[in-house]
Amino acid sequence: MGKELAAVIGVGQTQHRSARKDVSMAGLVREAAMEALEEAQMTWKDIDAVVIGKAPDMFEGIAMPELYLADALGAVGKPMMRVHTAGSVGGSTTIVATKLVTSGVHKRVLTVSYEKQSESNATWGLSVPMPFQAPLVAGAGGFFAPLIRAYMHRSGAPRHIGHLVAVKDRRAALRNPKAHLHIPDIDLKMVEESFMLWDPIRYLDTCPSSDGAMALVIGSEDVADASESPKAWVHGMAMRSEPTMFARRDQVSPLAGKQCAKDLYAQAGISDPRAEFDAAEVYVPFSWFEPMWLENLGFCPEGDGWKLTESGATAPDGDIPWNPSGGVLSSNPIGASGMVRFGEAAQQVRGCAGDYQVELKTGKALGHAYGGGSQFFSMWVVGRDKPTS
Amino acid sequence: MTNTFTAEHALEYPGGYTRSVGPVLGRFLTGLRDGTILGVRGRDGRVIVPVQEYDPVTSDALGGRDDDYVEVGPAGRVITWSWVAQPRPGKHPLERPFAFALIRLDGADTTLLHAVDCGSPEGIATGVRVAPRWRSDRVGKITDIECFIVMADGEQPTPAPARTNVPDDDTEEGPVTGMNSAFRLEYKIPAGAATRRYLNGLAEGKIIGGRAPSSDDVYAASRGTDPKTGEPTSIEVEIADTGCVTTFCIVNIPGLSELAPEIPYVSAQILLDGADNMMFGLIRGCDVDDVHMGMRVKAKWADELKADHRSILYWEPTGEPDAPYEHYKDNL
Repeated sequence: MGKELAAVIGVGQTQHRSARKDVSMAGLVREAAMEALEEAQMTWKDIDAVVIGKAPDMFEGIAMPELYLADALGAVGKPMMRVHTAGSVGGSTTIVATKLVTSGVHKRVLTVSYEKQSESNATWGLSVPMPFQAPLVAGAGGFFAPLIRAYMHRSGAPRHIGHLVAVKDRRAALRNPKAHLHIPDIDLKMVEESFMLWDPIRYLDTCPSSDGAMALVIGSEDVADASESPKAWVHGMAMRSEPTMFARRDQVSPLAGKQCAKDLYAQAGISDPRAEFDAAEVYVPFSWFEPMWLENLGFCPEGDGWKLTESGATAPDGDIPWNPSGGVLSSNPIGASGMVRFGEAAQQVRGCAGDYQVELKTGKALGHAYGGGSQFFSMWVVGRDKPTS
Repeated sequence: MTNTFTAEHALEYPGGYTRSVGPVLGRFLTGLRDGTILGVRGRDGRVIVPVQEYDPVTSDALGGRDDDYVEVGPAGRVITWSWVAQPRPGKHPLERPFAFALIRLDGADTTLLHAVDCGSPEGIATGVRVAPRWRSDRVGKITDIECFIVMADGEQPTPAPARTNVPDDDTEEGPVTGMNSAFRLEYKIPAGAATRRYLNGLAEGKIIGGRAPSSDDVYAASRGTDPKTGEPTSIEVEIADTGCVTTFCIVNIPGLSELAPEIPYVSAQILLDGADNMMFGLIRGCDVDDVHMGMRVKAKWADELKADHRSILYWEPTGEPDAPYEHYKDNL
């Protein structure tokens, strides 16, 4: 943390869909930004700086979104910057924006992230063949499916665990009007009968491709105290990264993720995440990453993540709801997905999560994002109350 | 690929990006298709051309009402210009030398960037009057104006010709809502010393790895540094062309790569004997359902070896007993 406190005082997001053909990219980010400003009871004039994030440039072929989107985001005459850390970018963008407040540099920062996946094809954008490099001939899922197989082998998890997550998160999404996927009759049988893409990953174990944007207004302590808008106080923020490949790398439960969580929990005074969070919004783009991240994030001992999932503990009515919004499995505008996790965690502690609101006991929630080859991590803890330490 | 180990590389999304433009830009582009140029009124009353969705000063949304749009030009005045003496075919708007100019169209308060076809630098000057030369096959893009041309004193601009590409069935053309945005970036990419060593090894049927002096870790297909320390992997180590499958997936999606064989196929992580990192490889030579963790495999080399990744076609089972889990569990 820095010398100042910071809180989320405005949250806005688009309704995520497979294609938003009715708006330009500027129009898309604008929708989320306007909603966040309105919620924060602010206008463009109130904002000191803008921080924007999106995933790889090849996704839309826009190399300088910060230049193109300055007018749309009210950044004229103000500091504006762009953050980029692959799929975790929505999380790291939020952290960069929040640190502009906790450092005392600015008092009101707007942060926005987006993806308009309908403008190209994510599988192409993630695996453009390069000269002299051995091509990955299996696409994005083909990178992660072997890690899932390794996890299943290591933990002894039965094959249906991933499908349980695929059902749970889609059922949760039915209560979230902004989620991309609404599959009312989703059940285990439907997932089990869906097409096997990258064995062991079936079609319904994967996230959709979405167009969407997310925006947050971060305020300093005095700004938040004076605001009538509900607050999510920032209790801790951490980022870690590691190379895609090195000798004896734990690819299933990366060291960077464990270290990031450890740093985060120390900042926020969390010793038992399962008991101390009311909810967690965690980046789960393939269903099996729920049990994998349950272990990596210390919600249970190594090898027990799948047991937690199987027991129903992570369901909206379980003792530690994971992704009550429906998660990445229900909406995946890639560049925004991390910020959606951070923002949905904030909505829970602000009491603004509508039909998917969890019961608040400790009033704390976790937001998490990861990206690249499970190598970039960004996380925060937000709380209903100000941090005490 | 040549023996200089520098490759020509093009980055290009097949078919071009599929942009949606939204209602405000769509109106401008529809205007171009109709042979007219529209501006939009900013909050301060200025007429902005090309139209912008958001006010450049206040960031307010623009163009919400019909009377926010103003037809401008089509003639205008050159405000400043730059001469392009050697246009690149397919990259520049014209194939003969031309000027890029900022043009303030009559009725506009901002300038539009476009090409002026005027023969030589002597044919253009700040302040000259120019008018658009329209294409007849207009689609709703800024290139519907082929270029601008210099007008003689008292000359009137020529109206856009009738479109030659109007659909001949009864379907009504709606407003322009999107566009195809194709572009191509060309790079020259050098392989670098470490990759050159590795590829030269493949040409001799060898897998060359690297090790840093202060570490025992051997990296197959080393990128030149130890990823843990950043120390150069300056010590060359020959690695066996045998190893074991650590983990894998069975791919059932066709067309992911021109190098991928027919589905289903197996993409695996392979730990080579004598290496400490995993490599990706295709497994063939057995049924996909017979591939398993720990399975021993050997490189299948191409008949003709080259300094190229494709010298190893795929990996096939050796039939040896499986590697014990202990051997590879730390690389999962």
